[in-house]
Amino acid sequence: MTAIKSTLDRRTFLRNSILAGGGMVIGINWLTGCKNVSGDAALTMPKEWFDINAYLKIGDNGVVTIFTPNPEFGQNVMTSMPMIVAEELDCDWKNVVVEMAKHDPEKFPNAMFGQFTGGSRGIMSKWEPLRNAGAAARHMLREAAAQAWQVPMDEITTEAGVLFHKNSGKKAGYGEMASAAANIPVPEKPVLKDVKDFKIIGHSQKNVDGKKIVTGKPMFGLDYKVDGMLIAMIAQPPAFGMKLKSFDGSAAKAMPGIKDVFSIKTYNDGYEKAGFDTNAFPELVAIVGDSTWEVMQAKKALRVEWEPFSTYTETVSAWGNTRKVSVPAGLENSTDHFAKMEALAAKPGKVVRRNGDPEAAFKKAAKVIERSYSCPHLAHNCMEPMNFFADVKGDKVKVAGPLQAPGFIEPTLSARLGIPAENIDIEMTRMGGGFGRRAYSHYMVEAALISQKVNAPVKLMYTREDDMTNGIYRPAYHATYRAALDENNNLIAFHVKAGGIPETPLAADRFPAGAIDNYLAEEWSAESNITIGAFRAPRSNFIAGAEQSFLDELAEAMGKDPIEFRLELLKRAQENPVGDRNDYDAARYAGVLELVREKSNWANPPAGVSRGVAAYFCHASYAAHVLDLTIENGKPVVQKVTSAIDCGIVVNPDAATNMTEGAVTDGIGNALYGEMTFKAGAAEKTNFDKYRMIRMSEAPKAIDVHFVKNEIAPTGMGEPPFPPIFGALANALYKATGKRVYQQPFLGDRAMLG
Amino acid sequence: MANFTLNINGKKQQVDVDPATPVLWVLRDHLNLVGTKYGCGIAVCGSCTIHVGGVAMRSCMLPVSQIGSQEITTIEGLSENGDHPVQKAWLEHDVAQCGYCQTGQIMNAAALLKASPHPSDEEIEGAMNGNICRCGTYVRIKAAIKTASAR
Repeated sequence: MTAIKSTLDRRTFLRNSILAGGGMVIGINWLTGCKNVSGDAALTMPKEWFDINAYLKIGDNGVVTIFTPNPEFGQNVMTSMPMIVAEELDCDWKNVVVEMAKHDPEKFPNAMFGQFTGGSRGIMSKWEPLRNAGAAARHMLREAAAQAWQVPMDEITTEAGVLFHKNSGKKAGYGEMASAAANIPVPEKPVLKDVKDFKIIGHSQKNVDGKKIVTGKPMFGLDYKVDGMLIAMIAQPPAFGMKLKSFDGSAAKAMPGIKDVFSIKTYNDGYEKAGFDTNAFPELVAIVGDSTWEVMQAKKALRVEWEPFSTYTETVSAWGNTRKVSVPAGLENSTDHFAKMEALAAKPGKVVRRNGDPEAAFKKAAKVIERSYSCPHLAHNCMEPMNFFADVKGDKVKVAGPLQAPGFIEPTLSARLGIPAENIDIEMTRMGGGFGRRAYSHYMVEAALISQKVNAPVKLMYTREDDMTNGIYRPAYHATYRAALDENNNLIAFHVKAGGIPETPLAADRFPAGAIDNYLAEEWSAESNITIGAFRAPRSNFIAGAEQSFLDELAEAMGKDPIEFRLELLKRAQENPVGDRNDYDAARYAGVLELVREKSNWANPPAGVSRGVAAYFCHASYAAHVLDLTIENGKPVVQKVTSAIDCGIVVNPDAATNMTEGAVTDGIGNALYGEMTFKAGAAEKTNFDKYRMIRMSEAPKAIDVHFVKNEIAPTGMGEPPFPPIFGALANALYKATGKRVYQQPFLGDRAMLG
Repeated sequence: MANFTLNINGKKQQVDVDPATPVLWVLRDHLNLVGTKYGCGIAVCGSCTIHVGGVAMRSCMLPVSQIGSQEITTIEGLSENGDHPVQKAWLEHDVAQCGYCQTGQIMNAAALLKASPHPSDEEIEGAMNGNICRCGTYVRIKAAIKTASAR
């Protein structure tokens, strides 16, 4: 067969592709394609292929390349997104090669959902475009076959990458029809499969990058290399509240292999920041040299003077809203943060929701229960430190590395360099963790500025210490809960007041809002110069644990089983909701509690274990956990966690199970040990010797994950299982020790409880 | 700078580097063996684990001058085709999430199983506690080690 590329011109093709719900992607990543199964001989695309549409191309040998639009940091989009395309294409998953698409806002429009991996939005936002892309391609292949065989298209069926015409007995592989299909107009509304006919979605497929991961192939940003590439590192202020005063790079520059030492400014003066331009240290000293070790040594020889800055205001423009943000002067301390939070929590906050007459209900209460919860800042601590490759040549920019949101940072880079976005080529590498941190990619701009200055390709690398002390932390939070009970122990009012440094974690319209007649939610915040950012399930990652601990305490005071108590509230919210702003589906929320009750055998816990339960709704999904623990030598040992998740259709069940196991383990680690503290503005934990991370011996001995089976389009998966585990752990700890825990981390650096 | 002849993955390799350079950076920067990862630089996270004379070691604080003639094995040399029992078990359990720490985990696990082919849970935890997995795949890592140990 002659290989003919699409005859549609680019403009037509793009228009058609957009109609099909996506965009065309052509080109090969520097990373070679990943085969979807391990062990067998590698699949290869022929030298020429046919661009069928947006997300895929088909070789005349039948091999299908599917591009994943969103970058991968471990949540499995690189496998699960192509699975969705392959399902509707009706091809054999064994014949699929997966490639990471480059950043292309024309082909994947919308900075937020175009190619952003975050907010558990990946599969949720791409479900329809990916299905449409596969279905459109299948439609075009069927139409091509119908024309070739001169039969009606509706008589053409497909199975596993083969087209059939039953009446005539004709059949052809997709590869044979790919060239003709590429010339068929893209259907506007291709017919999608029934959920019950799915053969790939809902059936576990192995990570397409698995073999490369276990053999150590170059795939991460830090592995990126081109000829003549230099290594760069930065020196940043030693404390929040400080800025560069002066530096002397002469000693560093004289060291072996060092090319240059200079300062860079990440933003132009007066620059209006975008929502993800968070950055505590916009002026840095850069050290550039031949090799990592040489630059590391030179960094130690660098002499820099830093000075405290005065309070300043910056303009931040995000989501159609431009606001002035004050960055206060001062060298902050964690101890002051907690004192300030307690002081603010004692004052009235800003009322964001009120139902009924909570004040009157509290006045007439027979009993009021009040508890306060707090948590410290957290560092993301991605295993691969922040880094980026950049090669700026005149007005052409090539950048490559780990980032979650290329659409957020490209305008920043373009503005800083004065180079139009179309001259900027962003390649997304596999990320060694993200957790929200890599949605703030100032390090990419820094790399580009350094490359521009030294006029050479450069890879900027943060040391672990740079990474951990650079900011963009999970904020410190505080929440006070109050509940009013009448003389019969009925819950008659509920009050939450929550705030933090520098934002509130409150989600006023979430459960138990909607389930209680008299409800009051207040918030407050205090400014800070310590930068914060999204951290796996922002805000929920604290408030869920606080709320679920309080509900547990409340259930006990009311003499109720903790699951039954929640189900009663949810029944009320479902049958006769209070207010009309409740943002959760009470039936789905109850569903995960019922499932976890059944699967954990809640009524009959194993002998000797202490159990805690918690559930939460966020990122449009529902998660509940039952955690079993024992105390051994004063240490909590999590014997088992049973999890129930409702995230709609589960695309890749084993991978979703893995994500849940990870969320559970990550949550237990952060709840027990996670903590970043500050003294005189300096982040006190600078590496993993001081920042305690959960280790294998501290992980649960078993995690048993169950998904609610339904046909709802997929909702969030990466974040929802994370927040409630904090509460399940706190409630189990209480059962085991008789003592409630109110302050995270529950253990911190201590070896034992108590 | 000094010349070193290293025995890496069964091949002799020559490098001209500062004698204090950690093996990690010799591998990554000078020999293009990037499967060994940088995580902390102070030997507490395990991402940079390699085998020196068959023993698992952290390469980020190991000066190249101390290697001498000892044989170094990196993830790239653990097996010919990625078919070491530990690698196969890792794929079978689909252990990885982000994958960054996994080469270090695999190298540590392979050394454990060589020294103790049928480790108890406690032995596995003791041996693997030095390797951080930020994604929290510990339950799968442990299960994969048990699968590999059964072979």
